[in-house]
Amino acid sequence: MSETDTRTTEEMSRRPGRERGRDDGKFGRYGGQYVPEALMPAIEELADAYERYVLNNEDGFMDEFRERLADFGGRPTPLQRADRLSERYDTEVYLKREDLLHGGAHKLNNALGQVLLAKYMGKERIIAETGAGQHGTATAMAAAHLDMPCTIYMGERDINRQRPNVFRMKLNGSEVKPVTTGRGTLKEAISETMRDWAETVEDTHYVIGSIVGPHPFPVMVRDFQAVISEEAREQAIEKTGGLPTDVVACAGGGSNTMGTFADFVDDESVALHAVEAGGSTLEVDEEEGVAPNSASLYTGDEGVLHGARTKLLQDSDGQIMESHSISSGLDYAGVGPELAYLVDEGRVDPVAVDDDAALEGFHRLSNTEGIIPALETAHAFGYLEEHHEELGERVVVNVSGRGDKDLDAAIEETDQRDVANAPDMSMFTGGM
Amino acid sequence: MANSDAVAAAFANGPAYVPYLVVGDPDYESSKAYVEALDRGGADVIELGLPFSEPIAEGSTIQEALVRSLDAGMTPDRFFAFAEELDVDAALVCMTYYNLIYQYGEGEGPRPFVERAAATGIQGLVVPDLPGEEAGPLREACDEFGLDLVFIVAPTTRADRLDRLMERVSGYVYVQARLGTTGARDDVSDQTTESLDRLREYDVPKAVGFGISTGEQAEHIVAGGADGIIVGSALVDIVAEGVAEDLSTAAVADRLEALSRELKEGAERGHRSRTEPVESA
Repeated sequence: MSETDTRTTEEMSRRPGRERGRDDGKFGRYGGQYVPEALMPAIEELADAYERYVLNNEDGFMDEFRERLADFGGRPTPLQRADRLSERYDTEVYLKREDLLHGGAHKLNNALGQVLLAKYMGKERIIAETGAGQHGTATAMAAAHLDMPCTIYMGERDINRQRPNVFRMKLNGSEVKPVTTGRGTLKEAISETMRDWAETVEDTHYVIGSIVGPHPFPVMVRDFQAVISEEAREQAIEKTGGLPTDVVACAGGGSNTMGTFADFVDDESVALHAVEAGGSTLEVDEEEGVAPNSASLYTGDEGVLHGARTKLLQDSDGQIMESHSISSGLDYAGVGPELAYLVDEGRVDPVAVDDDAALEGFHRLSNTEGIIPALETAHAFGYLEEHHEELGERVVVNVSGRGDKDLDAAIEETDQRDVANAPDMSMFTGGM
Repeated sequence: MANSDAVAAAFANGPAYVPYLVVGDPDYESSKAYVEALDRGGADVIELGLPFSEPIAEGSTIQEALVRSLDAGMTPDRFFAFAEELDVDAALVCMTYYNLIYQYGEGEGPRPFVERAAATGIQGLVVPDLPGEEAGPLREACDEFGLDLVFIVAPTTRADRLDRLMERVSGYVYVQARLGTTGARDDVSDQTTESLDRLREYDVPKAVGFGISTGEQAEHIVAGGADGIIVGSALVDIVAEGVAEDLSTAAVADRLEALSRELKEGAERGHRSRTEPVESA
């Protein structure tokens, strides 16, 4: 029996690895609350609710959250040994199967937590932004499950890239509002959702989808997602008799990353690798304001975006760059302030994997392990292929989501490239 | 209470008319003619918008203006050149988002931006994504260079926050008339009167903004106790119409000047109508 079995919910939420940022939302020089004054009272109200319900389990909030995560979400998710990857890399590779969580991605952990919290706070309406649609679908599911009206803002370009997810949100009863400003991706959707919130703040809760935004969102989302590392750590000890040497997760805004790292941060022997989207190149086009990647941890500079000070893709004036990645879920110019801090501290190793390597990773996991990963997740497997020789003998990789939503994009992207390990898809792409 | 004498003077003689335009919308030269038209129309303080790519506090009208300006090549340095070249009597205040202030120039923090702003004749700053809690370094730089730092008070701002904000504010306080983002509205909310009541005890000029578009509204708001009115979207709408209808710069400038006169006169009527002496707190 593992030691964690005797701990209460409350004790778990008090793990030292999760104390960072709880008091004031600061992670070293990062974090904070850079929002319009009109939103400050709502954020203070949320910080108060976070402390009461999440940290102190008032009214049994955390117990209900955990129960719903189990019954509705299907937790715990397995930690599975990847036999063929282990053989290929001559190291033990374990997969944390968040793709098996209800909805097919880790996103439900946070969405369910926040929608439930909104209910405890007496809010009557949910709004959320979404990039790839994973957070939007998770929020729509949670809102339907908990009987809350829900509006999702989504960039027009993302809507076109992710149609099945748009249908899923609508099937669950949510309203989907297209955002047409800018390039029509995640950062515009976040700005638009903040505008809605500025008008409706008194009865509406904004479910932010990642560990970004003003305090208390980064700590709160981390705490809801930390169930990934809580389980993975325990499962690794149970299955292998010890801690992993390395933990690998892809990073966009950083919610699956921080969720996977949270309880390992204090285990100094465990190396933490945050794999960002290297896109087509790490070079930026300052003239056009375009960074053809989403590697804000790896290449970004400090700045203030969407309520927090963090690492950003920006030009020398401080205008935010248009990021790019084949995976729309990683396509964001910022990153969670806690990750920015952990990178500066040398605790988290930021790495970038380009579109080509991610696509190869997508095919490798699909055809060797029988798991079709999300294109976001595929970056972690691209990293494994490129850097396995630098890793220790026991590696945990978070499979943050399944790839069903990405099939069209994956087929199209594969068709445009010479991907060594891809099957012949020409019969599906009009090439026959 | 005020670092800048010019801003203090703007509120000293009757109600202040405080218009806002996005600098560089739709292009540098037209924009200069538009700002100067506001001045001729009676502006006491002019808020000059420096566009940021992620303007989370703006509604669609101003957001589109910011995009037009950015597309036409506006940068912080061009903005400062613009402010330097302006020939206006009104005091100038820069409204922008914190990341642009933070990134400007060599070295850390907001000081280089404030130093440069002061050198170009800008007298104050409004930063909609910078609440009092995060404003320490900017406040310090503003004090050093004699700029005012204007804070926004929202209908949702609670009493304890109000006290803290009022300790940090200088020049004037921007009273947000209603919840939501910027944008012209037909009605001016009851929240305005409520907000002004709450602010009565603080000895700083109160300028009301968000949604004012007519002289009648200006009159109503000043009669209700405001020391000034801030008008943005209604003016930006005129610039947008000029773009849509392909009007000459002079025609757009004339419209801006005319609306400015209407607003300023409305504010003055409102001021005269305050026949009763202000109740002492």
